[in-house]
Amino acid sequence: MDMIKKTRNVVYVWEFPVRLYHWINALSITVLIATGLLIGHPIGIHLAPEASMTYWFGWVRFLHFAFAFLFFFNFIFRMYWGLVGNEYSRWFNYIPIRKKQWAQIWAVIKSDVLLLKYDEESKPIGHNALASFTYFLTFLAFLLQCLTGFGMYAAMSQSWLPKMFAWFPHLLGGDMMTRQIHHITMWFFILFAMVHIYLVFYHDYIERKGTVSSMIGGWKFVDKDDK
Amino acid sequence: MAIKQKTLYEEIREAGHSRRDFLRFCSMMAAYLGLESSGVAQVVEALENNPRLPVVWFHFQECTCCSESFIRSSHPIVADIILDKISLDYTETLMAAAGNQAEEALHATMEKYHGEYVMLVEGSIPTENEAYCCIGGRSALEIVKEAAEGAKAIIAWGNCASAGCVQAAKPNPTGAKPVHKVLKGKTVINVQGCPPIGEVMAGVIVHILAFGRMPQLDRMGRPKAFYSRRVHDTCYRRPNYDAGLFVESFDDENAKKGYCLYKVGCKGPVTYNACGVIRWNNGTSYPIQSGHPCIGCSEEGFWDNGPFYQHLPSFPGFGIESNADKIGLGLGIATGAGIAAHFLATNVAKRKRIKNEDIVINEK
Repeated sequence: MDMIKKTRNVVYVWEFPVRLYHWINALSITVLIATGLLIGHPIGIHLAPEASMTYWFGWVRFLHFAFAFLFFFNFIFRMYWGLVGNEYSRWFNYIPIRKKQWAQIWAVIKSDVLLLKYDEESKPIGHNALASFTYFLTFLAFLLQCLTGFGMYAAMSQSWLPKMFAWFPHLLGGDMMTRQIHHITMWFFILFAMVHIYLVFYHDYIERKGTVSSMIGGWKFVDKDDK
Repeated sequence: MAIKQKTLYEEIREAGHSRRDFLRFCSMMAAYLGLESSGVAQVVEALENNPRLPVVWFHFQECTCCSESFIRSSHPIVADIILDKISLDYTETLMAAAGNQAEEALHATMEKYHGEYVMLVEGSIPTENEAYCCIGGRSALEIVKEAAEGAKAIIAWGNCASAGCVQAAKPNPTGAKPVHKVLKGKTVINVQGCPPIGEVMAGVIVHILAFGRMPQLDRMGRPKAFYSRRVHDTCYRRPNYDAGLFVESFDDENAKKGYCLYKVGCKGPVTYNACGVIRWNNGTSYPIQSGHPCIGCSEEGFWDNGPFYQHLPSFPGFGIESNADKIGLGLGIATGAGIAAHFLATNVAKRKRIKNEDIVINEK
């Protein structure tokens, strides 16, 4: 069997703001899911006999709201960075409008989902087209989560930011449906996180381009002729 | 009009109420409407001087619980005056006239007071086939459109007229629609609830009487004075919620202690109404105070967001026992299985790559 000998270059792909965004996002989504599940299904721990003695569920909700603000501003920042960041983080990567992107999506499906032929075409330096498109869908989910979440929050807030979302629950016919959609979208985040983490390991495992560590240090190892 | 119309105050005095009663009524209404103390004088002045308001009250696809609630509002003047004296010119349920006489009364009012009468609607309007609800040989839709044309204000009583209520719940066989959906371009005051609180209904009418215009409405057409806060946010059990003290089942110790009903399906956190403040039956109690979770009856589609004793609604299309969490968990397990299968398949399909590649890293 032939040994494949490859020489790889080290390329700085994920700039510091992108990495920071990623980890703040990971942290806030983790906290939001954990607190969100608790809010949906409070566990029966009765820390005190009287309500005046404890506030644990209030703190769970406080955490949820505090991280919601963090998540929101982080998301806004990423939108901005999509306009000014390097070529790998620019907005146009995420919306498949070019033929080339669709060709790559198909190549990724063949190479990585169906595990057919290994195709270097499907291995660009940054996100591949299918991953990018998935991230675009997560951005839409982020937006939906902000609209529904702050929309429900607006009624108990005097602050301008949640007030800006007050119109949204009315489009869905009230808080009942808004809450349902907020809850369902949370599951999208959970499923996404599972697949996302697995695929990062998968790519690292079979490509050896440092996919996992790239989100820590920003560097990837790429084939000489990769663009 | 040859004869000078009596004012409401005159009517009230003639009905045997003292001035003290009258002032008490005005203060109560002003308080419910959230007016400052100077607003009380405004209400008093309006009721003393304004002529009584001609009102037509329609009943379509409904159960009459709105009327029942209204005649049980706490202050005697409310029922007495608004129903007997406000010149309720037409209401199928309570009027003495019937048949042609009733229809004549309706048309006489609509012509005589064109542009002045208040139109009250109880019940939803069928649109699938208009014949599902006909009065005097005419369909509800026809009647609503005709009456709305000359109405000074249109008030939709209750969830039926505001959002369709149970008739509009899936699969909505009659194609029931609320009033604001069949009257495009008209402002309709949605006095939500199943039924709405009697005092709230009276408050809305008094507002129109006293100020001659609509009360401030939220985006769903509900008067802000009564529907801007959640049942949850005004609930006396709210501290138990924040403390994580929940009733787990209706017969447990926690239920006796009066803990929060959130886990047995209380819809208070997603329901906008004044139940926690005004309460029911002369301010005696309201569902949560009586140990029952809020069912969210002042919200659109509350029947379809059931069941009542489960906070998270059942998921459409997956049966009544399903909810987003059960389906999400199922999908999560399926995804995990898919990941495991993919991982195994990768190790088989890409085994040559995994073993044989030899890479030299080239630092620039």
